[in-house]
Amino acid sequence: MKQNGGSLSLLLACLLQSPAWAHESAASDIQVKDAWVRGTVAGQKMTGAFMRIDSASGATLLSATVEPAVAAVAELHESVRDGGMARMQAVKRIDVAAGQGVSLQPGGYHVMLMGLKAPVREGGTVKLRLHFEQDGHGHDVEVTAPVRPLAAAAGSAGMGHGMPPGTGHQTGQGATK
Amino acid sequence: MSQAAAALAAAVFALAACSREAPPEIHFTASNVTGATFGQDFALPDATGHVRRLADFRGQVVLVFFGYTQCPDVCPTELVRLAELRRQLGAEASKVQGVFITLDPERDTPEVIGEYVKAFDPSFIGLRGTPAEADATARAFRAFYQKVPGSAPDRYALNHSTHLYAFDPAGRLRLLMQSSAGVEAMVKDVRTLLAGH
Repeated sequence: MKQNGGSLSLLLACLLQSPAWAHESAASDIQVKDAWVRGTVAGQKMTGAFMRIDSASGATLLSATVEPAVAAVAELHESVRDGGMARMQAVKRIDVAAGQGVSLQPGGYHVMLMGLKAPVREGGTVKLRLHFEQDGHGHDVEVTAPVRPLAAAAGSAGMGHGMPPGTGHQTGQGATK
Repeated sequence: MSQAAAALAAAVFALAACSREAPPEIHFTASNVTGATFGQDFALPDATGHVRRLADFRGQVVLVFFGYTQCPDVCPTELVRLAELRRQLGAEASKVQGVFITLDPERDTPEVIGEYVKAFDPSFIGLRGTPAEADATARAFRAFYQKVPGSAPDRYALNHSTHLYAFDPAGRLRLLMQSSAGVEAMVKDVRTLLAGH
């Protein structure tokens, strides 16, 4: 009896983590994958989180929150390079174009983790909650982002390489606010 | 008068000699700023407190980048490219010195900057002056930066110029390498400088 219960839990856990399940969710079609966080050295107070976001019907990323144990705050930022200058600015929203999606990647959009409580080291993970709006409804998506080395190259989300399968997966989705 | 004439003759001779010996065209992918009057030198402490100057690196191509460690993506991307450049240079890598000068000494303590640059390449040197020294060095290099206030006083960002300054083995500023340049093109330019051109 107890054994059966254990197997059932395991089966449920597997089902819940399956991308197929995620895809069939009626609540929202927002897909987040290939999430990663750039590692830091001691004393660095900020770092960036990057990921690929897709949605067949389109959505808007409005904000993000991070585990309080990791950082004080998460903000949506954009790096822009123009005329030999790198500029960084906070943005109020990141549009996930219907059918086209958006890549949060070095040199562009990212989730800025500010006020780090401790260095973020390779091998660890950071849990983020992304707040989307879709069809006038709020949707939260939880993401577990593995930490890559500080010196990780830019090639990542949406570039079609560099990520071992099964990392940066979406741990939950479509939970209506 | 005769001294001036002699100097002129020597200069003309030297020029002629140069044009005879130099290959017909020295082509750089990066912007050639040979003869520039800016970016002549720096004198800033490294993570261990030793003041480093350009003259410390005679015989090496020195690549200088201005940035700050709280920079989420542009600075790491540039340092990754610098590390890749050294990797592609193979045996010649020892003749290239990467130097990172912080524009944000208030947050980039010596400990932070030392560990930060070495995460990209153990040979890199991070330099950190006082805020006044950092500003003076940036001005002397015509490197632009501007503080952008954030959601809290210690969460400011810096807008900053992103090019690399390339010095030849004689310590002369020669090239400005844009962040959009391919690493292969940068390797070629560095090899040209190492060859004494």
